[in-house]
Order: sequence, then C-alpha cells, then structure tokens
Amino acid sequence: MNFVYEKMMGGKKGLTGFLILATLILVIFPLFLDIFRLNLVGKYLTYAFPAVSLVLLWGYGGILSLGQGVFFGLGGYGMAMFLKLEASSVENTKIQSTPGIPDFMDWNQLTSLPWFWEPFNSLTLTILAILILPAAFAYIIGAAMFKRRVGGVYFAIITQVIAVILTILIVGQQGYTGGINGITDLRTLNGWDITTDSAKYIFYFINVALLLGVILLSRLILTSKFGSLLLAIRDKEDRVRFSGYDVSNFKIFIFCFSALISSIGGAMFTLQVGFMSPSFVGIVPSIEMVIFAAVGGRMSLIGAVYGTLLINFGKTAFSESFPELWLFLMGGLFISVVMFFPNGLAGLWDDYGHYITDRFSKSKKTKEDSPEIVEKKSDESAA
Amino acid sequence: MNSNTDFTLAIEDLTVSFDGFKAVDSLNFYLDQNELHVVIGPNGAGKTTVLDLICGKTKSTSGSIKFLNEELTKMSEHEIVRAGVGRKFQTPSIYENLTVLENLEISYPYGRTVAGSLMFKRSSEVLEKINQTASEIMLQDDLDTEAGLLSHGQKQWLEIGMLLIQDPQLLMLDEPVAGMSVKEREQTAELLNKISKGRSVLVIEHDMEFVERIAHKVTVLHQGKILAAGNMEEVQNDPKVIEVYLGH
Ligand SMILES: Nc1ncnc2c1ncn2[C@@H]1O[C@H](COP(=O)(O)OP(=O)(O)OP(=O)(O)O)[C@@H](O)[C@H]1O
Ligand SMILES: [Mg+2]
Repeated sequence: MNFVYEKMMGGKKGLTGFLILATLILVIFPLFLDIFRLNLVGKYLTYAFPAVSLVLLWGYGGILSLGQGVFFGLGGYGMAMFLKLEASSVENTKIQSTPGIPDFMDWNQLTSLPWFWEPFNSLTLTILAILILPAAFAYIIGAAMFKRRVGGVYFAIITQVIAVILTILIVGQQGYTGGINGITDLRTLNGWDITTDSAKYIFYFINVALLLGVILLSRLILTSKFGSLLLAIRDKEDRVRFSGYDVSNFKIFIFCFSALISSIGGAMFTLQVGFMSPSFVGIVPSIEMVIFAAVGGRMSLIGAVYGTLLINFGKTAFSESFPELWLFLMGGLFISVVMFFPNGLAGLWDDYGHYITDRFSKSKKTKEDSPEIVEKKSDESAA
Repeated sequence: MNSNTDFTLAIEDLTVSFDGFKAVDSLNFYLDQNELHVVIGPNGAGKTTVLDLICGKTKSTSGSIKFLNEELTKMSEHEIVRAGVGRKFQTPSIYENLTVLENLEISYPYGRTVAGSLMFKRSSEVLEKINQTASEIMLQDDLDTEAGLLSHGQKQWLEIGMLLIQDPQLLMLDEPVAGMSVKEREQTAELLNKISKGRSVLVIEHDMEFVERIAHKVTVLHQGKILAAGNMEEVQNDPKVIEVYLGH
C-alpha cells in the first residue's frame, strides 16, 4: 500500500494532482457536459496519450520525437481497419463489383482483400496489432538510431521525415489505405452500434480509465531507478555510459513505450470519432502533440493532459471564428511558453497552486458540499 | 605480444591520430597491481586522450590495450566499465539534478539492464553500500543534497565515490584536485592513498605537491610520447622534464 502511495501516486502532492484530474475528467465533465461536448473532450483526451508519451520521452529522456503522430496513426488505423472490415460485410456491400471488401478498395479496382488486412478481421489480433506493431516499429527506428548514437536534432528530423513518408504512403496507396479521406463510415464493433450516445459514454469512460492507467504506469516507471537513469542520460549521457550502462537500450525502451501509449490514444480516437485519416499522422499533428506537452509542462504527466485540453479548447473556440489566425496563435503560444514558462502549466501550478488549494481546503471546512466549490475546482483545473 | 602478463594494464604500441595529428604516438605503458601511477605533462600532451583510449571513448588507430589480459580496444564502453575500469572526467561529471544518494545509487553496479533498473529495489544492502561509500568520500551528511549544490571539491569527491561504489580494479582519475582548496587537496590525497589499496590507480595531475604526496611512480608525457618515467625524484631531476614541463 505504501509502495503504491509513494511510487505510483508520487506522495501527497502527486496524489492531490492526480485526484483533481481524475475528478475533473471522470466526474465533472460527464456531469456538466452534454454528450456532444463530452465526445469532443473525449477526442481531445486521446491526444493526451501522445502528449503524456512525450513527457516521458522528451521531458525526462531528452529525446525529442517529432513523429509521435506516426504511432497515434498506426493505432488509429489498426482500429479503423477492424471496424471497416466489419462495416464491409457482404450484405452491406452487395452493390459493389466485389462485395465484402471496403468500399474504397472497390472504387480503386481491387478485387480481393490485401493480405495485410486479413488479421484485422479478428478483434483479438487487432488489439494485439495496436499494442505491438507501433512499439515494434519504434524498436526498429530506435535500434537503428540510438545504437548509432544518432540523437538530438538529427533524431527529431528523422522522426519528422518518417511522419512525412507515412503520410505520403497512406495518401498515395488509396486502394489499400483509403487515401486522403482516410477510413470512414465506421459503425459497429462486434455488432454493437458505436454511434449511439450510450456507446459514446462508454468509450469516454474507457478512454479516461486508460489515460489514468497510463499516467500511473508512467509514474511507476519514472519513480524507479529507470526514471532516474532517464534524467541522468538526458543530462550526462557519457557519465551513464561510463558507469556501465548500455545507454541505447534505455532510449529504445522509452521510445517503444511512448509509441505504445500513443497507439492506444489513436485507437481510442477512432472509436470515439468514428474515422481515421492521414491528417492525424503527419507533421502538423506530431508537432501539435509536442506543443501540448510543452504547454502542460514537459516534466509533468498530468500537466500534459491539461495542456492538451487547453490548446484544443482554444483551437475549437478560435478556429470557429478566426481559422486563419489559429496557427499563428498556437505558434506564438508555444514560443512564449518555451521562453517564459519553461515548466508550462505544471510550473504555474507549482508556483501558485497552493493559494488555490489553501482556499479550497478552508472553504471546504465551512461548507461541505456546495456547488460553488465544484465550480471553483473546475476553474482551477482548467487554469 | 599476445602473451599474458601480471600487469593490471599493459598498453603496447598505442597510437591514435586525429586527421594525421598523432595525439598519442606508439605509447608503451604498464601498470602494476596495487600501483598508484601519476601521469604528468604539459597541456595538450595527450594525457586525457590516453584515458579516452583506455575507456573506449576514443578508438585507437593501432596498438593494444590489455586490462587483466583482456583486450579493451575491441570492447564497447559499458563492457569496459563492467570489466572493472572506472574513469573520472577532467571536469566533474555528476548528475546535478539528482541527490548525492541517487548519484551513488545509479552508479551501484546492479540493475544495469532496462529490466533490472525497472525492478531495482533500494534494499538495505544497497543503502549500506551507499552510506559506506558516502562516508569514504566525506559526504555522509549530504546524502539528500542535490548534487548541483555541492562545492566544486565535493563534486570531485562525489564522482570518485560513484566509481568506488563499483569497486573497479582500475581507477582512472583525470585531474582530481583541480579547483580544490588546500585542505581539500590534503583530504583527497588521504582518500587516494586509502582507496589505492587492492586496486591500481592511474591519476593525471598538474599539481606537483599533490603528485609528490600520492605517486608510487610518475610518467611524463609529451607530444603523445613518454618523455621520462620513474619515481618522483628521478623524474623531477630529469633535465628533459625540467626543460619541457617543470622548468617554467
Ligand atoms: N577528438 C579529438 N579530435 C581532434 N583532436 C583531439 C581530440 N581529442 C584530443 N585532441 C587533441 O589531442 C591533443 C591532446 O589532448 P589531451 O586532451 O589529451 O591533452 P591533455 O594532456 O589532457 O591536456 P590538458 O593538460 O590540457 O588536459 C590536443 O592537441 C588536442 O587538441
Ligand atoms: Mg586533459
């Protein structure tokens, strides 16, 4: 018990932060938001997976990946392929020249299902693919880069190039991937209609549970000796190497783990949004993920979630009224965070958060369960 | 040349050239068990480069380095460390953001794989070894201090402690008393005399007073070659050494 408290929760301070986040996304959002808005928040929260992965990889490990969209996309496409095959049953597609294959394949004159689509007929294999393939891909990239001591800017550029290549591949191979439109018209999961409100609620809660689980698991890793080593490698790689560690293996591991997390986020995205497209794979989404982590505070797992929510609320609000200004605004925000608040929202919380918690614990003593408090708490969490 | 020897370290014909410039030039060098050997020489003589070659940081152009009869030139850095070679860098190289205890813990020679580090437990055995090492390097009261807050001298000690906790057979220290006060130098000399028992120590140092206090043997390096070697007195009275190094 003590182990769980100290290691997973990170003691009193970590526990408070975790509980506030859990209350916000597990209780307050579902209570106060209608299902349309909640589904939107659910979509944002899937981006929090790669943002959290970047806290581990970039914040702690010092390895900047500008290609996390690749892993998010692989997870998302994996799930989408399964759902698409289910939606493309022979009855549903009998007007096609080849019934039983996804519509975009038929449009592109394919007459049979490509071999690599076959495993996605099975939900078990699909889930395994979502959990294993992105991590395996990260292993290959990681082994090729880190064993050769490629790091820093070079690694960032190479991951970005991989994101570009994958996007081009998806867009170009329309018959196999659905092309620029992505994989759309996803309706059921093992016969269960995923477009209903109740399904959306269920996916929202599964998503939140997975996200909180990922945060706890990440904390467990960071509080182990592996976590200290990650920081040590970031700050003094040579000292670690000359203390008898094979540094590349540690980098490869954290890169694979970050890919796994991102992939889970991608799969949850597909389930909640009902489609997957190359626009969630390439450079722009990959850089956005870095911005989410930076704004949240790149050393804070929980901060990454707030950073993701804040930017996406902002994006939705602004891009409705000033779509062309949004990119500049986000760029400006990123630069100012890096220059003036290098620890992001988490840094602000560390510096000023105790004013709010003090007030909160005082008012809690006087009036136990007034709705005012709930509001105040949601303000503070979103701040 | 492949014959086994009793030496802890046997360097033969070692050469490294950087774009044609030979920083180390056909060097032969032997280190006995339990020997504390100091290498001196003017700036740029190639002293640090020799340590880089031994610990695998720099790959040699030709020649052999045998440590306990094992060839090091083909091994990777972490393998060399695991074989029993510890090295302190010229500028203190510690983890400034971690505490003294964590610095020592990371250096503790177990849990060196990914899985091992994830499963690693701070057992009483580990803590005991950390405490013992910390008191050896006079940092027993600073275990919870962030390493970046230590004085320059204490940082040097911490790095020495990070090596000691691995119990290496060969300890290499690059300018361990640079930036230390007179009192700290004395304490360091005492420390080195203590820790050189049961292992070989190779020290690079400029401070002649300090060298005199610790060295069993002294080698003078100049332009990648050995200029003179012997005990302190012999070296100090060598006219060549006086001319290129001690004279000014
Ligand atoms: N990686 C490298 N590439 C090119 N030249 C190098 C490299 N490493 C060292 N040198 C050169 O080799 C020579 C020896 O350098 P080294 O650092 O070994 O000297 P040193 O004896 O340790 O000097 P100091 O007393 O100043 O520490 C210098 O001229 C240096 O510029
Ligand atoms: Mg040097």
